[in-house]
Amino acid sequence: MYSHGAESLIKQAREIQESELQRFYSRLVKLLQGKELGHETVDSLQRLHLILSATKYTRTLPPELQRKVHLLLSSPKEHFQVLSSAVLRETLPLSGQEGNYNQENISQLNSHAAALLLSQAGSRADLSSLCAQLLRSLESRQSEGPAHSLTHTLPILNTILTLSPECLTEDHVTLLSKKLVDWLRYASITQGGGASSGGFFTGPRSRQPVPTAELDGAVSGDFFTVLCVGQGFTEDQWMNVYSFSMLRHWLLTYHSVSSCNGTADTANRLQLSLSLSHSFSNDDRSEVDGSVVSMVSATSSFGRLLPPKERLREKSFQYCLRLIEQSDRKAHRKTDTDLQKACLVEAVCILDCVCEEDASLVFRAFPCIKALFGRLSSDLSFARVLLPIAQFYLNHGEMAAVDCECVWKLVFGRFPAELFNDHFLAHELLRFLRLNLKSLQRQVPQYTHSFPNLLKFLAWDSPAVVDDFVDLLPSLVTAGTAVELLHTLLDLPCLSATLVLQVRSTCLPISEPGGRGLQSPDAYRNPSFRGLFLFLLRGDAGSGDTIDRLSTLHELLAETADWPRVVQCAQTVPLLLHIFFNTVITGADEKLLSHLILVMLERSSLLLNIPEYNKEIHRVFSSHLLRFCKLHPSLVVDQSHELLEFAGATANVYSKEGIYTHVVWVLGEYLSVSCDSRCSVRLITSCFEALEAVLFEITSSVPPPGADCPAPRVVTTLMSALAKLASRSHDLIPRVSLFLSKLRTLTRGGSVAWCSDEEDLVAIVTRGEELCSLLKAPGVAQSVLTPPPHVTTPQWHRDTNVAMPLRLRALTSLTHSQ
Amino acid sequence: MVRCFLIHTVCSVSALGAGESRLLYSRLFGPDEGICSDRERGLSPEERRLVQKERIAVVARQVRSAVSLSREASSRVLVETVPGEETLALQEADSGVVRLRAGDPFSEEMSALWLGVQSLGFTLVCEPHENLLLAEGTLRNLTRHCLEHLHMLGQGSEVLLRSNRVDALLSRLLPHGQLLFLNHRFAQALEKEVAAYMAK
Repeated sequence: MYSHGAESLIKQAREIQESELQRFYSRLVKLLQGKELGHETVDSLQRLHLILSATKYTRTLPPELQRKVHLLLSSPKEHFQVLSSAVLRETLPLSGQEGNYNQENISQLNSHAAALLLSQAGSRADLSSLCAQLLRSLESRQSEGPAHSLTHTLPILNTILTLSPECLTEDHVTLLSKKLVDWLRYASITQGGGASSGGFFTGPRSRQPVPTAELDGAVSGDFFTVLCVGQGFTEDQWMNVYSFSMLRHWLLTYHSVSSCNGTADTANRLQLSLSLSHSFSNDDRSEVDGSVVSMVSATSSFGRLLPPKERLREKSFQYCLRLIEQSDRKAHRKTDTDLQKACLVEAVCILDCVCEEDASLVFRAFPCIKALFGRLSSDLSFARVLLPIAQFYLNHGEMAAVDCECVWKLVFGRFPAELFNDHFLAHELLRFLRLNLKSLQRQVPQYTHSFPNLLKFLAWDSPAVVDDFVDLLPSLVTAGTAVELLHTLLDLPCLSATLVLQVRSTCLPISEPGGRGLQSPDAYRNPSFRGLFLFLLRGDAGSGDTIDRLSTLHELLAETADWPRVVQCAQTVPLLLHIFFNTVITGADEKLLSHLILVMLERSSLLLNIPEYNKEIHRVFSSHLLRFCKLHPSLVVDQSHELLEFAGATANVYSKEGIYTHVVWVLGEYLSVSCDSRCSVRLITSCFEALEAVLFEITSSVPPPGADCPAPRVVTTLMSALAKLASRSHDLIPRVSLFLSKLRTLTRGGSVAWCSDEEDLVAIVTRGEELCSLLKAPGVAQSVLTPPPHVTTPQWHRDTNVAMPLRLRALTSLTHSQ
Repeated sequence: MVRCFLIHTVCSVSALGAGESRLLYSRLFGPDEGICSDRERGLSPEERRLVQKERIAVVARQVRSAVSLSREASSRVLVETVPGEETLALQEADSGVVRLRAGDPFSEEMSALWLGVQSLGFTLVCEPHENLLLAEGTLRNLTRHCLEHLHMLGQGSEVLLRSNRVDALLSRLLPHGQLLFLNHRFAQALEKEVAAYMAK
């Protein structure tokens, strides 16, 4: 599809020489001077557009050429309108031509010229004057020009008010509200375009107005909407389409709760409903209401007495109810069925919007919404329609005292469990969660327990939704479920693999001749392993933190470690873990933190074996272990048993070097009486012995087959930890000194089996010597190796000892002339 | 509102670096969003245009990376189609949506819907509160028309040399970025106008 030809065209356009360009310009000017503009002119203009748009740096046209192109904007032939607009949008307006927003009248321009004017607008003032022009032309009833000239008014207005809603004054809003009401509610219900009900021989005289039809072929019984069809359409029917297309945005912009004075509205309504009368205003086209009136219009006969904004709200309400009714019909074509779905979404959203503004509408809307929910809830193909319904329930369910359980069961249950691979649903559902987080946390208690289900979206399509989870994850962390959440996050790649297997097993036949010899699909179908997979696929938290046979599961899924989805998922886990730990650490109690430390130690060897995954997870664990212990040093004494067990296993030096180093470090640093009064001499001694044993082992033997030499950092950390512990229990000092001097002797020979680099060895020995000499002065050793907090966190000017020199220095630099 | 419609490459282009995307067609709708922001108010029109171009380049790059990750994950084999098989190409196309955070690159959060037809991506950037079902349908419809009227399944470069056709198409089906609720009759009426334009 993308060819070398296209690539070279772009290259040519970018690299065109100035001289050639000028020649091209003059050729084009000559062409434009001619009387008849034909294909050659079109092609040349097209090439000009390519040259201008191919580079991000703006080229300016020679003024004469630009003027001629500008004239083409009003050409009768649309090709020239399009091309001139496109060309001029890619360059700068001629000096002297900008700022003429008050003179030109946008409503007289064709769509393409209007687009140019919009793109060149330079300020809010320009936009305001454009709005004023458009609305002035709407006001005058007789619209000159071709039938479609009015249709672009609404899109242009909509795009302006997206950027700057203040461009419309209060009067403008009122005027447009009235117009919208007319177009939405009172568009003609007969087919336009001269459709006749007669046959071939029927002449123009016997042309009778034919009513519009519904999508299933039935004759329309109520007012015209976007779901009505006809052979041709009248102008106001087109305006009906354009009006509805911008209605939600209009309501969101000008009808938000803050922009209305609620009490004045209710007072008005009360007064009007008391003095009910059937007065017809002159501007009102409701006189032409047909005799067939559906329930929708009949229930609100006093709607026409309301002020314009409220009237628009009422008519929008009716329109939406009618759309919902029309969407139940069976359309003949697929595109119409798709449109019905889109209309349902829009209708529910608009109802939600008007109900926000006027709470009394909730009681009229809810029966309809409830019925719609009942109709659609069992059909997953309507999932995307059910989301706005869920939003409606969330916003208004409490007030209407409606039970929303069934809605949340769908949103947090069936949708993630069965539709995790629908990109658009995932995007919309996660967006729904993000926007309504506070309300959900308040009204939907099962939200925080639904993370096993919600994470399925992430496990399936990590790159697309990880951004959303960065925002959502903190809200899913609660004290009760934190441990289970940690386990779930660590096993996300397994969930990813399981979902792939699940999708495959539903697509492919049960008995697949083991073509690729994969073990995992068989394991997935094997009843004895079913429990493992079912745990991963569970929908709610609370049934257990994790499973016992996790290692079995990892073995079964070992071959999935290179599946793209699994790899992509694994890449997002470290980021999520950081967010998890950062959230947990704020306001978590020590009990939870110590439990999490246990989990970290346990899981550091219990992860799906994906290249780089283990290392990354260990890195995350290390940094957060450090943070936890810094914040709550007593955690180390609390978990001393497990930490010692971990630190005492020599195998960990080789397989989990990163996290091992950090465990040793926290033991050395925080296992002291000053951190926790429960720390006994016996504890210090047993820790010392465990670390000493490991250090002895790794410095006296060759690394096990397959493992690298331990990094120098591990060795020095062990040495420092031993020294720190000894400085707290002085009977251990002789043991350390002896050990370190032995080490020095052994390494004097040169190379050793456990250290490959000579420089590293020198560094290690030097460190050993430093520690040795430090320990010769036991009283000093402790404060050097584990300085008290007031030394490590200087207070600068707040510290009386440090303040004086600082003050003097500041005064000196101020008083000294430079 | 739809902010822009783009046609760009989602395959690797030899002249560009990895992850870069070549823009074949771009159309921004409405006034420039910078004129109302404090930060960008003082920019000259030239600088504005530069910022716009950079913005859409960012979008194209993000969509390109989303498409390649999505295709890698699904391990689908790309089916090569030839001119005449537009419907098949559309059926085989993969689709998705990218969340563009506020500031990256538009000042507010946006959703970029994309449709990947072999080596090209068709992207619609719309405001997140828009009706994404309608946007999806509109995008598919636009893509179908582009594929047909510009013979994009072949080796030609009509998308570059006949971009006015895309402009005309957009002016009917997505006027000034407005998504329209068109049933098949309304759509037919507009498509007739488009076909008449293309015929000249």
